[in-house]
Amino acid sequence: MIQAKGLTKIYGTRYALRGVDLEAEAGEILGVFGPNGAGKSTLVRILAGQAKPSSGSVTLCGHPLATEAAQARACTGVVGHLTYLYDDLTAVENLRFFARMFGLHLKEPELLERLSRVGLRGREHEPVRHFSRGMQQRLALARATLHNPRVLILDEPYTGLDRQASLFLDNLVRDFAREGGTVLLVTHDVDHGLNIATRVLLLVSGRVVDQGPADAFSAQTIVTAYETGRKVPQA
Amino acid sequence: MQKNVRLSPADWILWGLTSVAIAVALYAAFLYAPTERTMGDIQRIFYFHVASAWIGFLAFFVVFVASIAYLATKAIKWDILAASSAEIGVVFSTLVLLTGPLWARPVWNTYWTWDPRLTSFLILWLIYIAYLMLRAYAGEEEKSARFAAVFGIIGFLDVPIVYASIRLWRTLHPKPVIAGGGSSGLAPQMLTSLFIALGAFLVLYIALLRLRIRLEKVNRAVRQLHLEINR
Amino acid sequence: MSYFAGIAAVYWKDVLLEFRTRQSLSTMFTFCLTIVIIFNFVFEPGSPAVLEVSPGVLWAAFTFSGLLGISRSFSFEIDRGGLQGLLLCPVERSTIYFGKVLGNATFMLLIEAVTFPIFVVFYNLPPNMNLLGLVLVFVLGTLGFVAVGTLLSAISANTKAREVLLPVLLFPVAVPVLVATVKSTGPLLRGEDLAQVASWVKLLLAFDLLFLAASSLTFEFIVEE
Ligand SMILES: Nc1ncnc2c1ncn2[C@@H]1O[C@H](COP(=O)(O)OP(=O)(O)OP(=O)(O)O)[C@@H](O)[C@H]1O
Ligand SMILES: [Mg+2]
Repeated sequence: MIQAKGLTKIYGTRYALRGVDLEAEAGEILGVFGPNGAGKSTLVRILAGQAKPSSGSVTLCGHPLATEAAQARACTGVVGHLTYLYDDLTAVENLRFFARMFGLHLKEPELLERLSRVGLRGREHEPVRHFSRGMQQRLALARATLHNPRVLILDEPYTGLDRQASLFLDNLVRDFAREGGTVLLVTHDVDHGLNIATRVLLLVSGRVVDQGPADAFSAQTIVTAYETGRKVPQA
Repeated sequence: MQKNVRLSPADWILWGLTSVAIAVALYAAFLYAPTERTMGDIQRIFYFHVASAWIGFLAFFVVFVASIAYLATKAIKWDILAASSAEIGVVFSTLVLLTGPLWARPVWNTYWTWDPRLTSFLILWLIYIAYLMLRAYAGEEEKSARFAAVFGIIGFLDVPIVYASIRLWRTLHPKPVIAGGGSSGLAPQMLTSLFIALGAFLVLYIALLRLRIRLEKVNRAVRQLHLEINR
Repeated sequence: MSYFAGIAAVYWKDVLLEFRTRQSLSTMFTFCLTIVIIFNFVFEPGSPAVLEVSPGVLWAAFTFSGLLGISRSFSFEIDRGGLQGLLLCPVERSTIYFGKVLGNATFMLLIEAVTFPIFVVFYNLPPNMNLLGLVLVFVLGTLGFVAVGTLLSAISANTKAREVLLPVLLFPVAVPVLVATVKSTGPLLRGEDLAQVASWVKLLLAFDLLFLAASSLTFEFIVEE
């Protein structure tokens, strides 16, 4: 579902990614871990089609991003560092706008239903400016899944979520994968991430230093790899 | 690195050629060409004025082509070519704007006339000054290359429309009394001198362009080294 | 997903945002009015020079105030990471450009529609003007200014210099629009026939078409890293 080959990204005089290969199949939850500045967000932005790689290629749902961008983007949902919401529009208006941009004509009841799924019932006609950070994040989740994507890319989605919302997100991610979707999840909460990921990819200084099934990793090995920048042999 | 810094034999030849060509052009303009009957000796600036204008124009055309090539291929060499040619083009069009008033003052008794060609050049000059400012402020190398390429295309497409609009504006206005003399009925020696000046400036442009491209390459090579150290 | 649905969505969103906040329109209108009033001090009231110079004043006011709206149209997106959000959508990049062009043109034309009557009163213009011709020139001129302005605003909003760079990039390129609108507004204000300014109208049309086409082709190179 997600395929990336030889991704490099250079910003001015700095390498953000240095030849990243990754693959994630249907039903997988790929947890991407790495210290600050490892290149995780850069990877997400390239997979999401927001940035072009300096070299390398991406394929989403069998559509190469370089040549079939519209199809690739239509099957992908993204929650990034920023919520991409418009502060002065209400929750419903934000959703309606993005629905239209994805070629969907969702009626008001449908939009309200999406909002109640993320627990924003009763606030749907308030401008997003009045929302707390966590509520905005919930709305961003509703926005990202509006078009029923088959690939979900999440960059630190737990930021600002309370316990209830974070449980909700866990369930959403698990259900999504169970129904044959593919999730790429970037998070700094290693314990939490290991708990829901089925596979792990370790990124340090723009390189993949280790990857494998989630049970082969522990929080300790991951944190050690952050420091050494090398794969940690299992004790 | 050394290879980049030193001038190649081709460059020495090119610069030698440039010196000779400029000398010949000076001879042609000052001694070979006859003195213009009404304007007198000051008219001799015409050869360099017009040659600068044509070469400036050529330089901006090169920017346009290199910009399209850059967007199509994303190859750095096109960006380097565009950046270099734009700077040299600004130098030549500045020459046009300086020699214009020098010529106009004694002949038409005014430093500046809103003649369509001169005015268009002024706008052209402003566009490419803006181009250089954009390059300076855009930020990262890749971003500055992309933005400059787009502006290099838009700016050049504008040139014919600018010229058309200014000509239309001037013809709809009463003609300034000073107009009248000029290029109609150019003596054959004058025409020859013009083409010699044009040839000389063309060689000068190519020589400068090669130099500027080399400088830009060295510049970026240093940054590349920096990148490799960082790696 | 149809191309026009994407344009309509972006346009609808920009208009809705503007009518929510009214930030662009209110500053644009105040600034436009200020320019009209300030230029008033330059001439003796009632002198014949007023009719001669009024088209220039009018278009200086329109374009300078229009610049405010145009420069905001991308900077607010970029502040919110909004453009990144738009890039996730499976639409051609140029739909974003056309949506914004329509939005900016709407705002500028609104300001023009409100300022023009005030201007007529302030400058005591004779009432026998060619209103239909003026509307045509205002629409074509505004469209041309906005077509280039929107593209260059996407560039300048992404640079270190931000809004400061936009006028430097935009005004030299927009010279044909400025000359054509000013020169055709004059005769039309005096009530002359549209045929008198036909060559200017053709020039505006050529400018609009050329730059709408060129901008929509180059826009994606600006927004995609
Ligand atoms: N737009 C940019 N311009 C220049 N450098 C950038 C840019 N974006 C990222 N970088 C650099 O690329 C590297 C990777 O950044 P990235 O944001 O991908 O890291 P990250 O793994 O997401 O970090 P964090 O855990 O802090 O979110 C960093 O060194 C960063 O400084
Ligand atoms: Mg990050």
